[in-house]
Amino acid sequence: MKKSIFGVALLFFVAFMILAAFGMRPFGEPTVSEMDDYYIQNAQAETGANNVVTTIVFDYRGFDTLGEATVLFTAVIGITALFREAVK
Amino acid sequence: MKEEMSRIVRTITTLIYGFIIVFGFYVIVHGHLTPGGGFQGGAIVASAFALLVVTYGNQGIKGFLQKDIFSLIESTGLVLFIVFAFFGLGVTFFYNIMANSGGLFGNSAIIGVNPGDLNTGGTIPIMNIAVGLEVFAALGVIILTMSAGSEISRKKENS
Repeated sequence: MKKSIFGVALLFFVAFMILAAFGMRPFGEPTVSEMDDYYIQNAQAETGANNVVTTIVFDYRGFDTLGEATVLFTAVIGITALFREAVK
Repeated sequence: MKEEMSRIVRTITTLIYGFIIVFGFYVIVHGHLTPGGGFQGGAIVASAFALLVVTYGNQGIKGFLQKDIFSLIESTGLVLFIVFAFFGLGVTFFYNIMANSGGLFGNSAIIGVNPGDLNTGGTIPIMNIAVGLEVFAALGVIILTMSAGSEISRKKENS
């Protein structure tokens, strides 16, 4: 009984996924691309760095990187608190 | 109980861990020119430390890798990152004041495809180095602390 319910649910899920895959946009044609175009056109001139991904991570979206660094710092604090006996 | 691995593993580790560390720092420093950056390069450097801990055990690396120094480097990296973010506060937080200024890391890049100049990018290379220091030191602290903690729990189980 349980297995048949799971099987029907799986069938529905797979059918939905296949239908959604047919309705996807073609690769390389996003709906809105103003932001991407701005980065690709101006990143090299504005920041002077060749790697556009790094300019986004460390310059345009610097707050995100600050959060990631803080997450790592918090992880270290958590590990140190967990193994307090070993740190001594 | 002996914690070291076999002689083959120890010899290979001694040969290659320096190259892994140098490659990690190369990825960090060239973050604004080639794929990679602070996080990726820091993870590569930390993988060399993990290799050392796995090979020589927690006792064998005592005095060579020290948790206090790693902790200091980690805090220094994070503080350096935040300080250089605050330098741009005249315009906005995280504004790149040193880009195209002509000073340190201040050359302007050639537009289009080019091999790249290390002296470009403004604050981006400095932030890459800061984040790289923070990441490799943080992962080093995690590796050292967890290996020491696992040793203590093993001792407790055996006693």
